[in-house]
Amino acid sequence: MHGVLTIAATEIRIGLRNRWIILSSLILLAFALILVLLGSAPGGEVKTDAVTVVVASLSTLSVYLVPLIALLLAFDAIAGEIDRGTLQLVLASPVSRGAVLVGKFLGHVTVLGIAVSFGYGIAGLVAFFATGGGDLSALVGVGRLIVTSIILGATFIAIGYIASASVRQTGTAAALAIAIWLFAVVLYDLALLGGLLASQDGVFARDIFPWLLVLNPADAFRLYNMSAIDAAAVGSNLGGGAGAALPLSGLATMLSPIAWAILALGLSTLILKRIRP
Amino acid sequence: MSEIVKARNVSMKFKAVDALTDVSLDVAPGEQVALLGHNGAGKTTLFRILLGFIRPTAGSISIAGFTPGSDGARRIVSYLPEQVAFPKMLTGREVVRFYARLKGAPLDDVQAVLAKVDLVDAADRRVETYSKGMRQRLGLAQALVGRPALLLLDEPTSGLDPLSRQHFYELIAEVARQGGAVLLSSHGLSELEAKTDRVAILRKGQLVADAPLSDLQREANLPIRIRVRAASSEIDSVHAEMGGARINGASVELFCELGDKMRILSRISGLGAKVEDVDVSPPTLDQIYRHFSKVGDDETPRGML
Ligand SMILES: Nc1ncnc2c1ncn2[C@@H]1O[C@H](COP(=O)(O)OP(=O)(O)OP(=O)(O)O)[C@@H](O)[C@H]1O
Ligand SMILES: [Mg+2]
Repeated sequence: MHGVLTIAATEIRIGLRNRWIILSSLILLAFALILVLLGSAPGGEVKTDAVTVVVASLSTLSVYLVPLIALLLAFDAIAGEIDRGTLQLVLASPVSRGAVLVGKFLGHVTVLGIAVSFGYGIAGLVAFFATGGGDLSALVGVGRLIVTSIILGATFIAIGYIASASVRQTGTAAALAIAIWLFAVVLYDLALLGGLLASQDGVFARDIFPWLLVLNPADAFRLYNMSAIDAAAVGSNLGGGAGAALPLSGLATMLSPIAWAILALGLSTLILKRIRP
Repeated sequence: MSEIVKARNVSMKFKAVDALTDVSLDVAPGEQVALLGHNGAGKTTLFRILLGFIRPTAGSISIAGFTPGSDGARRIVSYLPEQVAFPKMLTGREVVRFYARLKGAPLDDVQAVLAKVDLVDAADRRVETYSKGMRQRLGLAQALVGRPALLLLDEPTSGLDPLSRQHFYELIAEVARQGGAVLLSSHGLSELEAKTDRVAILRKGQLVADAPLSDLQREANLPIRIRVRAASSEIDSVHAEMGGARINGASVELFCELGDKMRILSRISGLGAKVEDVDVSPPTLDQIYRHFSKVGDDETPRGML
């Protein structure tokens, strides 16, 4: 336990020192503020709560940005330490390999959590006050977005560890991380759309598509946030149409990223145990 | 005496490479052993086996009775790898404190080891500002923290200037005095400055020597070199009298066994005023090392192939 906390604290310290936290907070904040500006422009149609609109667009933004930040944070975790020779020192110490990984995970999730909380928190408050206050429950939506974004980030941090532990070079791990991102948040959805268009009989759309959608942690994250803010009012996207047929609904949708996180952590621990530094 | 490292007939094969062949080595508490060998001789491989990172293909090893890499073994072993780059953003003190915590060492130790390696003044500066020697000393501080019963140091003196190197051997001697065992690797005997109790020499994965330095000196039985300098008018007659080889036009060089030394010297003094100076040099540590590791014998340097 001692080792876990020590490793976590050091990761957080490094995250602060190398400006990782600041930089990713600013990136998230910048994108979020752009969305706030766009969202608060007079729309003309029935006015939904402005903060809710912003939360809706932010959750779409999260699907792309949060996994990217998480993977960038994670790809170096093991391959980089092998490169620098510090993994040998850590593994020579009495700390177990599982504890090493859990410590890093806690540290990295905290780093990401700080960045997401700052970026989205500030953007949420700006949107709230720019629209002259209003319904406080809209801020709950911001909180929900922050918490679920951190869970989504944790999932991709754990997935990033698999990439980092499977290869010996940091460069290869980085390439692998980008490939994972591209697949999970871009190509996967495109493939699903293609499947929807191609299947004439509707079997795919009815029996397979909803499962595949929930299976992807990023899509599950989007589904949950959209359903939580009553997607219909905001204008829906991919997930909206399939709404009723989904195998998981409401909060249960978030089981997908959580299950992936646990699976990925277990798998990367197994790989780390086999590494011969 | 109960050995802390007990390696018996250890072999390590990497696919086509025999990195270690039938190596047996003991290290006792309070003992300092130097592991010497050329590049690729198998030094780092032996360390990795002792740490439990890799399992030998044959033979057995125990670390104070524990299997290498087991919890019990990791609790008493400290390691300094050949190459290590600590996080640049952390300060020296933070780095040492990190490893102290991982080892469960008291945090008072941190300041003590920083003082030992002479890094107190730089302790609160970031590692990125450290010189190469300072980084090497930081690595050593990390290894010393927590009073390990066994210190494994892979080329600890590379990058150290002669003064720091001497200081390093003093530190190691202190560890040994307090009962710690030290196994360190190095490329040559001269780097050791005759500081360790025992010298083990690896040659292409085989242990070709394992004895105190004085024993190795005796066993190698290398000739002593004697140089006689004479006035240029007399050099020919000195050469005729003593034999040997002419060098620089004004000197004659002779080699003799230890037992012959006094006889030759008295013959030289018999030459009287013809001789201007005599220089006697025993075999250097490097020559002894080369005798055992056989450079230029069957291990021709690559450039000459
Ligand atoms: N993982 C590996 N796979 C294949 N061969 C290896 C591996 N590790 C080491 N070797 C080989 O084993 C031999 C011994 O290597 P080792 O690193 O132990 O040498 P060394 O004595 O530490 O050399 P140096 O002084 O250069 O550090 C070398 O021929 C090396 O190529
Ligand atoms: Mg080596």
